[in-house]
Amino acid sequence: MKRASGLLLAALSLLLGGCDMVTMNPTGDIALQQRNLILFSVGVMLLIIVPVMVLTVLFAYRYRWSNPHKIYDPTFDHSTKLELVIWSCPLLIIIALSAVTWTSTHLLDPFRPLDRIAPGKPVTADMKPLNVQAVALDWKWLFIYPDLGIATVNELALPVDTPVRFAITSSDQFNTFYAPTLAGMIYAMPTMRSELNAVLNKPGESWGYSGNYTGRGYSDMRFKLRGFESADFDRWTAEVRASGANLDQGKLIELVKPSEKAPVMKFAAAEPGLFDRVLNRCVEPGQPCMVDVMRHDMQRGGGDPNDPHMGSGMPPGREAEPLTGDKPKPALEKAPEEKGVGPNVTAPAHGH
Amino acid sequence: MSDTLLKTIFGRLGWESFPVHEPILLGTFFVVVLLGLAVVGATTYFRLWRYLWKEWFTSVDHKKIGIMYIILAIIMLLRGFADALMMRAQQAIAFGANEGYLNAHHYDQIFTAHGTIMIFFVAIPLVVGIVNFVMPLQIGARDVAFPFLNNLSFWLTVAGAILTMVSLFVGEFARTGWLSYAPLAGIAYSPDTGVDYYLWSLQIAGVGTTLSAINMVATVIKMRAPGMTMMKLPVFTWTALCSNVLAIAIFPALTAAFFLLMLDRYVGTNFFTNDLGGAPMMYWNMVWIWGHPEVYVLVLPAFGIYSEITSTFSGKRLFGYSSMVYATVVITILAYLVWLHHFFTMGAGPGVNSFFGIATMVISIPTGAKIFNWLFTMYRGNIRFELPMMWVVAFMLTFVVGGMTGVLLAIPPADFVLHNSLFLVAHFHNTIIGGVVFGLFAAMVYWFPKAFGFKLDPFWGKVAFWGWVVGYWIAWTPIYVVGLMGTVRRVHHFDDPSFQPYFVIAAFGAVIILVGILGFVMSIVMGFVRREQLRDVTGDPWDGRTLEWSTSSPPPPYNFAFTPVVHDLDAWYDMKARGYERPMSGFRPIHMPKNTGAGVILAGLSLTLGFGMVWYMWWLAALSFVGLLVVAVGHTFNLHRDYFIPADKVAATEGARPRLLGMGA
Repeated sequence: MKRASGLLLAALSLLLGGCDMVTMNPTGDIALQQRNLILFSVGVMLLIIVPVMVLTVLFAYRYRWSNPHKIYDPTFDHSTKLELVIWSCPLLIIIALSAVTWTSTHLLDPFRPLDRIAPGKPVTADMKPLNVQAVALDWKWLFIYPDLGIATVNELALPVDTPVRFAITSSDQFNTFYAPTLAGMIYAMPTMRSELNAVLNKPGESWGYSGNYTGRGYSDMRFKLRGFESADFDRWTAEVRASGANLDQGKLIELVKPSEKAPVMKFAAAEPGLFDRVLNRCVEPGQPCMVDVMRHDMQRGGGDPNDPHMGSGMPPGREAEPLTGDKPKPALEKAPEEKGVGPNVTAPAHGH
Repeated sequence: MSDTLLKTIFGRLGWESFPVHEPILLGTFFVVVLLGLAVVGATTYFRLWRYLWKEWFTSVDHKKIGIMYIILAIIMLLRGFADALMMRAQQAIAFGANEGYLNAHHYDQIFTAHGTIMIFFVAIPLVVGIVNFVMPLQIGARDVAFPFLNNLSFWLTVAGAILTMVSLFVGEFARTGWLSYAPLAGIAYSPDTGVDYYLWSLQIAGVGTTLSAINMVATVIKMRAPGMTMMKLPVFTWTALCSNVLAIAIFPALTAAFFLLMLDRYVGTNFFTNDLGGAPMMYWNMVWIWGHPEVYVLVLPAFGIYSEITSTFSGKRLFGYSSMVYATVVITILAYLVWLHHFFTMGAGPGVNSFFGIATMVISIPTGAKIFNWLFTMYRGNIRFELPMMWVVAFMLTFVVGGMTGVLLAIPPADFVLHNSLFLVAHFHNTIIGGVVFGLFAAMVYWFPKAFGFKLDPFWGKVAFWGWVVGYWIAWTPIYVVGLMGTVRRVHHFDDPSFQPYFVIAAFGAVIILVGILGFVMSIVMGFVRREQLRDVTGDPWDGRTLEWSTSSPPPPYNFAFTPVVHDLDAWYDMKARGYERPMSGFRPIHMPKNTGAGVILAGLSLTLGFGMVWYMWWLAALSFVGLLVVAVGHTFNLHRDYFIPADKVAATEGARPRLLGMGA
């Protein structure tokens, strides 16, 4: 028995030693704080989990049928003292964890600007954060660096020890921007702008993913996260600028179309405002941007809650053309010929 | 025939809808057809159709309906587990240049089907089936409050399950994950039959589950034996009550979410679309307002099962009965307040996230109290380690780990690292297998002799036990590890070869679980073969404490010849201690509900309605809908719904049962 468990332990450490638990060994300060929080909470919880497991085995063994040297008391079903312990032990642990939860949730809120880049290294006034706009497309990641005027696909390079402010959105699906070594994850959603403030502390390469399933190309929707020292980052920027390709609206329309296993792309110049086009669902020319539609509606009196004729300024319901997008025809409006054929599993339908 | 006419008749059903080009599906299809023919042939050969129809399909007896629910769940478990094995095999081989044997199109259907089937057609029917069988017996009732409704609920669940299974061979199932999140599940991104199959199966089955929950709550409230006050209710009945109260409250939210998504897909509304003011996030909120309490709908009855078994096999009253009841009620209430923890990472802001995180953690207090209560029930007990008790100990050791990772995920900043990773997947399998599945197996072993009059084969039962427990740990520990390595869920192909050993170990673990599942099937088969040795003539094979053990095994159709009178919490233990003698005379005619085929017909019509809507065969859907109304209204005019079992027949049944053997032993 003892030898078996020894072997098991050896095997376990061999296995775990061979793997790189990136979430437990991150290179970004936010991810590091998250890691420390995980370790701390596991430690606190083990205070109660371990005794429970030990007692389970102990009681199961001691009070077994075949043990003649035990106290058997079939009427023992209540003890106020024990009840007190039973309820207060978990309560105390949860109170401790709740306090930690409240503070850490506020401190590590992704929308909150950083106040330190590493333990003991506060953010100073002269540290200019780097802005990065991350756009989840079907099925690749587009990164626009508005400060530098460049853009990349499926490769995110960051200078170390520089606060980074991500603005995140998505073209069609609910994705999750997940960079385990940098700062965990946050959803990238169409028509919504998420934010993430993070910093990378060590140069090196790791992977980032889309954490929420979005359809057939999802498995390969990853990006390479590269951390550079400041001089190397400048070299990388120069390399991107030398690529020659430009990201304009036409290129963006091409990128928005679903594609799988997209290679890394680099764009020397990115047209300003493309992020907002995706965010407002007006990538295609001729589509009104949501923000304009909403402003328009507000001006026509539809949105003012104090307007007694609220909605009076809205376009007249059913007669109006839809304002954005080509809507697919719903099932009940389809003529028989338009029903198509529902296939079985082989041939993935291309496009959508 | 013109194309228009064909399309009007067959909708979008065409030759392409059949998987003649899919070797995996074709093979499965032939196996299913062969098995189906064998079953039909055997039923015809042994002239069982009439018996099955009269005694089972149309039965309103809660015991038979409970057993049918469990049979449905076991069949669907085999399907859901086949999906699991396929996923494990794919993830174990698909690295680098090797794309595995499943393309994304197929793999995505498999993980969707696995989750959908395991929750809606395995876990729910098993829980409902066990509650159905046990709860009325525990409260000394002759049947549930609405016996016909019970039959209808069951057949609606079957209709949903059949519709899901049909998608395997006609068209395809959803590729959207087990909750079919908008906007992916909208018609813009999922125009195929998959999401329609998903929605209609679950809507039909969901009506069944809701009706069944109403039925069970009414039964506990109105039909308890005299003297059984709420604080003398067996713990399992308490948990069944709370579970069904939860179900009544949450299923309408799911039904509404699905209904709105259906409107989006069929009528062109914009509830959950990206454009025109749709709010996909609303869909996430609605499904999780159902989804999180659903976890407690499943696990509360399992907690009740553990309580009954621990008390019986420790030969002791349950420690802290009232604190157990309060814990159950507290969990019931808190279950509604935590749904947002499924999407902390949407960025709701620290105030909202902290609230839902802390609310989630608070649930672990009553849950922890429960664990301690079981622990102190064992303390100073005289524990017989028969199979049900072995499941309880395995549960306690497994579930606490799942609980711990659950509290960890409830801390928003920790969730920002672990959400949607395989760590999360490992966590919920840890709680659902370790918490719910272990409990349901314990329950099946424990109450099997009550249902059939003989115990399950203990050797194969142990094979099932060790297969599940060892298999669980080998299959899911590596998944926790790869989750910590930053691997996300629902991926069908990897680049990084350092993950591969873990997925291979996990696949190996899944095979061990398969041994456990087959062991369980074998324990039924060998139990049947050896039924004479395993026979229970006393009606009380485990020295039980609650009322279901006071009647014979299997119980007569009327359950109790005389309604028992309850004086104590462990009513049957109390009766035994007072030297209860079963009355042998003075029987009176017993009023019973009559069988009816209306449930089968209504469910059949719901199935064709669903099929018609999935395939855009509007005429079929309309016809089925009118049929549903006609049969449902018509059934209300059927006034011959009850009959009396004459006193001499009751006397004969009771006389045939030997006087309680080994009474008080």
